[in-house]
Amino acid sequence: MEYMNKGLVEIHEALKNGEVTSEELIKESLQKSHEVNEKCNAFVTILDDAKGINVTDDILSGIPYGIKDNYSTKGILSTGSSNTLKDYVPFFTATAIENLEKHGAVATNKTVMDEFGMGGTGTTGHTGIVKNPWDKARMCAGSSAGSAAAVAAGVYPYATGSDTGDSIRKPAAYCGIVGYKPTYGMISRYGLFPFASSLDHCGALTRSVEDAAIVTDAMKGIDKNDMTSWDSNNINLYESLNGNVKGKKLCYIKEICDINNYPDANDELKMHLKNFTEKLELCKKLGMEVEEVSVDKALLNAMPSVYVVISCAEATSNMSNLTGFIFGPRAEGDKWDLEMKNYRTKGFSPLIKRRFVIGSYVLQAQNKDRYFHNAQRVRRLLVDKWNELFEKYDAVILPVGSGPAKKLEGSSNILDKSTQVLEEHLQVGNFGGFPSITIPDGFIDGLPVALNITGKCYDDENVLNIAYALEKEMDYKDMVAGEAK
Amino acid sequence: MKYKVLIGLEMHCEISETNTKVFSGAANTYTSHPNTNIRPVDMAFPGTLPVVNKEAVKKSLMASMILGCSQPEYVYFERKNYYYPDLPKGFQITQETKPAPIGIYGKLKFEVNGEEKEVRINNLHLEEDAASSDHYNRSSKINYNRAGVPLLELVTEPDLRSADEAVAFLETMRSIYQYAGISEADSKKGQIRCDVNVSIMDADKDENDMSNWGTKVEIKNVNSFGGVRDAINYEIERQTELKEQGRYDEVEQETRRWDEDSMSTIRMRSKVDAIDYKYFVEPNIPKIKLSKEWLEEIRKEIPELAGERKEKYINEYGISDYDATILVKEKNVADFYEEAIKEGTDPKSASNWITTNLLGSLNKLELTIEDITLTPSMLAELIKLVETKEISSKQAKEVFADTLTSGKTPKEIVKEKGMTQMSDAGEITKIANEVLDENAELVEKYKEGRTNVVDFMVGQIMKKTRGTANPGMARSTILEEIEKR
Repeated sequence: MEYMNKGLVEIHEALKNGEVTSEELIKESLQKSHEVNEKCNAFVTILDDAKGINVTDDILSGIPYGIKDNYSTKGILSTGSSNTLKDYVPFFTATAIENLEKHGAVATNKTVMDEFGMGGTGTTGHTGIVKNPWDKARMCAGSSAGSAAAVAAGVYPYATGSDTGDSIRKPAAYCGIVGYKPTYGMISRYGLFPFASSLDHCGALTRSVEDAAIVTDAMKGIDKNDMTSWDSNNINLYESLNGNVKGKKLCYIKEICDINNYPDANDELKMHLKNFTEKLELCKKLGMEVEEVSVDKALLNAMPSVYVVISCAEATSNMSNLTGFIFGPRAEGDKWDLEMKNYRTKGFSPLIKRRFVIGSYVLQAQNKDRYFHNAQRVRRLLVDKWNELFEKYDAVILPVGSGPAKKLEGSSNILDKSTQVLEEHLQVGNFGGFPSITIPDGFIDGLPVALNITGKCYDDENVLNIAYALEKEMDYKDMVAGEAK
Repeated sequence: MKYKVLIGLEMHCEISETNTKVFSGAANTYTSHPNTNIRPVDMAFPGTLPVVNKEAVKKSLMASMILGCSQPEYVYFERKNYYYPDLPKGFQITQETKPAPIGIYGKLKFEVNGEEKEVRINNLHLEEDAASSDHYNRSSKINYNRAGVPLLELVTEPDLRSADEAVAFLETMRSIYQYAGISEADSKKGQIRCDVNVSIMDADKDENDMSNWGTKVEIKNVNSFGGVRDAINYEIERQTELKEQGRYDEVEQETRRWDEDSMSTIRMRSKVDAIDYKYFVEPNIPKIKLSKEWLEEIRKEIPELAGERKEKYINEYGISDYDATILVKEKNVADFYEEAIKEGTDPKSASNWITTNLLGSLNKLELTIEDITLTPSMLAELIKLVETKEISSKQAKEVFADTLTSGKTPKEIVKEKGMTQMSDAGEITKIANEVLDENAELVEKYKEGRTNVVDFMVGQIMKKTRGTANPGMARSTILEEIEKR
């Protein structure tokens, strides 16, 4: 009997009924970890000495999970999938992980990611490319690639992720699972290796909306170590899931969803958007109102540039602590500045260095207003626009990406300008700190595709409830790769 | 004078009177053990976040108010990005003038050689100190105790006209920081560091027209007031000499440093090579709204400063201007004085004891008022012993010297030394008659009208009692007894 392919409540009941022990669950998860690592290269570290615990009434207690490798874990290697931290063993644990531990959660591995979260392909970690469990020739997207692959492959019911542009929600889409990033500050970032602090969110990858709610309830909470965290005591995501969405109002954006925006659309894109349109009908069937809205194309098209400028600027500053002196492998050199230079030159992948150059460039005195400050202004315009939509609608519903997972060979370097807005629009969730969830909504050629629901800040309960109701009407809950319907 | 001197100061003063550092929970105490006051955030371990110390903000706001600056509506912090081993994060959290720092555009009156001057304050901002380092021939040592200590940087307009004025201003500021409970402001502990800007211009030209100003030279990291005086005078002389020789174009807008050993300023870099610090708002610290109520509360908490205390001493206690100036120069001396008065001591006696005996002794013994065992209540006790004629003023001086380091109270010392003043009338009468018997010829002279012989006879009584007789009683007894003969 396998349990790691089931949902949290079901596993918890099995534990309480004595059908299975925590120890057995961990054994199963570890065994799966090794199998999936062979197949997908999803883990930096497999915690073979993880132990079962005495199960309490807490749903998470005694159940295995995975931790993205940019969460600081005391006594456990935490690399951020970078050579610059390849041997770094922290002496403190991230608040979000401590919170999960308090609920009895047991970690069985640390998952591979794009180096420090700065990538969307799952191919730039220092331990190599992460492969999609649905099709090994395809990517998982990133940066929470290992977490997405592992949850999709049934290693455990959930893993933590982090999301700066779409790093939870895109890999979830490519792997046929649920990816949720709550409102900015709901989960403390203390102990999360920063990429771009004003955009970074912690969150969860699961196989159902229900599990996403349970896990986030455990991870969240105000933290004296993170000034951007806030008190969410009055929010109970799991308890507020009732599936009652009658009268809720959704909108979708014409400039993103209409197939006529893409004259060169391939079959995948056509099917993806058609499938999405069908799901809008499903929403209506559930008693929700769905309306098409229009947003200035120029504003939408500015999204990726805004993201690049702000995220690179913050990243270059955030990662200035990586010098190889206090932690990380110290490099050779005649002087301290040469040691540091050698450490950074050897340690970072070319992609990251490129981002540092961009970040420095846009912050230089002579460029700052033109690039950095303008990016901040456009960020504000975009957030204002979305907030304007939230005045009228409970959530914005949009398709994720331009189709299913991309092939690893031949596609990763080609940026298709024509579908850029489809690929990048989830970033607005980070600009505004909005609660945002991706759920699978169909299959194209045996590969999962997804839609996203994003709502206004602090309205996480509403966003999850809409996703929960929609998930119920579809057939893609609790999917494990290879068991595709 | 052919030339006018324009001096502007940047005064850095650590806020020593908070329990913890400005963005870290590490203790803010001065300790001789290096690298002990450290939390993970001070070493920039990945995932750590800054948390603003409210007390440090409060003390900065108090300084801002005392300096007559305006306070911002919101407090922001910014990152100043540069690499140096004393800065583990690779950036310093500080404040730029835009958005507004903790204080902007104020002015301060101060006295120099009895004359009142005013200096305009450009801004006051709160930032974190860097680690301290010691450089040796082949290596350097870094002490991170200082990294993250709250630091106030005050920038004046170039309103100072001489080294005397600059030092008088700095002394006034030190007194303010001490009296307001912001900082010990001890340059021996490295708590005060200054950058000095010096330029000269023709004396007959209008200084309000900036085009008449000379070339500004900045001297960095002058760590004592003596150093400030010497550096300014050296720089005035250097610039004047070049101007006199017609080589003023050799005075470059540059940064120099003060070298204690050679007593000269040495070129560091040209202003053209100024570092681009790539400032941007610190994303991990949300802007802090300053409520009117809080500001009002802080304003009410501003304690009596040196000037107010001095006026009180002169007007209420009848102390001379000269003595009052001495009493308020160091806050702990003024505190000592006020404590003694609270014990019920006559303000004038206390002032005399402190300004003559106490400060003289401290000076001679090279001690500070904190180093000694004499407390204000002990001083009060001593003064009372003299007033009640239990000991003579001569004895009191001896007792006083003992109280400084022995840890004993005046009463204990008097008892140990058997010093109690003899005021037993019978005993003094007996000794007086002894003296009269031994000096029959003087009694004769007295009868002839030579009353000054009494002084000699009182002296004889004091001699016989080894100074313990009450001198007043000795005199009255002699006069009574001599009449009987």
